[in-house]
Amino acid sequence: MSHTDVPLVQPAKSGGDERLLHRSLARRLMSRPELGSVVGAAAVFIFFSIIAEPFLQASSLSTVLYASSTIGIMAVPVALLMIGGEFDLSAGVMVVSSALISSMFSYQMTANTWVGVGVSLLVTVAIGAFNGVLLTRTKLPSFIITLGTFFMLTGLNLGFTKLISGTVSTKSIADMEGFDSARTLFASHLTLGSVDIQVTILWWIVLVALATWILLRTRVGNWIFAVGGNADAARAVGVPVTRTKIGLYMGVAFAAWVSGQHLLFSYDAIQSGDGVGNEFLYIIAAAVGGCLMTGGFGSAIGAAVGAFIFGMASKGIVYAQWNPDWYKFFLGAMLLLATLLNAWVRKRAEAKA
Amino acid sequence: MTALVELTDVSKYYGNVRALEGVSLEVHAGEISCVLGDNGAGKSTLIKIIAGLHRHDAGTFTIEGEETTLSSPREALDRGIATVYQDLAVVPLMPVWRNFFLGSEPTTGVGPFKRLDVRTMRETTRSELLRMGIDLRDVDQPIGTLSGGERQCVAIARAVYFGAKVLVLDEPTAALGVKQSGVVLKYVAAARDAGLGVVLITHNPHHAYLVGDRFVLLKRGTMAGSHAKSEIALEELTRQMAGGSELEQLSHELARTATPEFPGGHRPE
Repeated sequence: MSHTDVPLVQPAKSGGDERLLHRSLARRLMSRPELGSVVGAAAVFIFFSIIAEPFLQASSLSTVLYASSTIGIMAVPVALLMIGGEFDLSAGVMVVSSALISSMFSYQMTANTWVGVGVSLLVTVAIGAFNGVLLTRTKLPSFIITLGTFFMLTGLNLGFTKLISGTVSTKSIADMEGFDSARTLFASHLTLGSVDIQVTILWWIVLVALATWILLRTRVGNWIFAVGGNADAARAVGVPVTRTKIGLYMGVAFAAWVSGQHLLFSYDAIQSGDGVGNEFLYIIAAAVGGCLMTGGFGSAIGAAVGAFIFGMASKGIVYAQWNPDWYKFFLGAMLLLATLLNAWVRKRAEAKA
Repeated sequence: MTALVELTDVSKYYGNVRALEGVSLEVHAGEISCVLGDNGAGKSTLIKIIAGLHRHDAGTFTIEGEETTLSSPREALDRGIATVYQDLAVVPLMPVWRNFFLGSEPTTGVGPFKRLDVRTMRETTRSELLRMGIDLRDVDQPIGTLSGGERQCVAIARAVYFGAKVLVLDEPTAALGVKQSGVVLKYVAAARDAGLGVVLITHNPHHAYLVGDRFVLLKRGTMAGSHAKSEIALEELTRQMAGGSELEQLSHELARTATPEFPGGHRPE
């Protein structure tokens, strides 16, 4: 009855498509969340190409990509979480927690390293779920919830490590069964021509592709945008808001597990005090990549470009033979610039097209 | 003929606050039932019960003759009750076509390749909106760039497309200008003509009387009146809505009284 072809109301005006021409290519490009970060990446690339001679060599590129991938693996799920309207301040230490669990479980139980890796996956994802459940149950801001878990994890990392190992770092697990195969998965590198490719770069690319697919082409992606853009409206049309948010936190935890295992298997022991402060790197990469602080807008590719900017900057400063301390200043300045640019671009793009 | 939705003596308490008591409402297919009331009269509580956000504490709630208690908005949707809220109908930053299908997205493919059917989503959005008389420039524009009236209309078109039998509209004209309100009321009438039962919540008796078939008046959580259109004239509806006897008292209070000859009571020197 409601699906006849007869219009129920006559259109007030006729002819619509010709008005589409007014929406120019430039304007459509400007409404992409990645735009600011791509411009920024080009600028940073040109800048270091000019001032730091070794920057353009193939070996430098692989170093830069490796640095980018270690940030990028985490920046992707953090970006999804930000699109979903939440923060995770515990992401940085969670990486170290995940590595510690894996290392200490294998060592103490004298188990195959893969058992430790598996236990670590379960526990880390459970920590992510804990963040999500606490957030959706208490309805407190995610800033407070994850600030709480941030400090709790920092304390647990140090406390348990000292309790079990007697020092602040774990014992080496390099001679344990399964170490080599686990290292192949998490911390190996392969040579492509003259370029050395770290396996984390592959992890990074796969995660970016997966996240982009989820965001743009699945129902869950639609829900992520919706819970960040207007959670009440989403709930009213039947979107499972609680499950979506908990899932996003579990996604961050999964990436923390990947990063943590990389950290463990690239060396063989873990410093329990590491990881503090890295959560801001991830958030900055996502924000530079066009994710809106208030949620509902952003992209995984933008976050990847954001991570690439910081990979270039952290290594470019070394190649330019500057004091690496300047990197921190660059981080802050870049965040401010990119956020301003994004806000300006979005305003222009959304002004009645 | 069984009513699509029927509330009989429904009450709702928040702790010791009586939000709603003994309210009855009938919604029939192809008819518009208007709920009128001032701020705080219990209109929001009433729609939250029908929409599945809250459960009623007393009375009966039947859907097509079957007594029920809704546990979630999702369940209400599945039973054919769609609610369009005044301010939270849409996600402003998302494109129109993503908003249109939000929560009920069609997919193609199987297993890990199951994906949104983007082409169908865009085409359907465009054609369904056109059928309701909304001619959009571009279904990719963020819905926040549409006017308030257009956004309400998209939400109504969405409910009609998803086969809602009952459409609950929360103050659809409250924030709109005269012309925009007219446009929205036209779509409300179009939804009625498509055979839906409509619940129209409003505090504007003029809008209600234009389209309504029956009127329920709420006052401080209780039912102050229930009328079919044939039983009541616009003047009477407006008078009751505006407070009836309270209005008379107010007009008495506001009436010009004889001004003292010398304000303040002091004779100037």
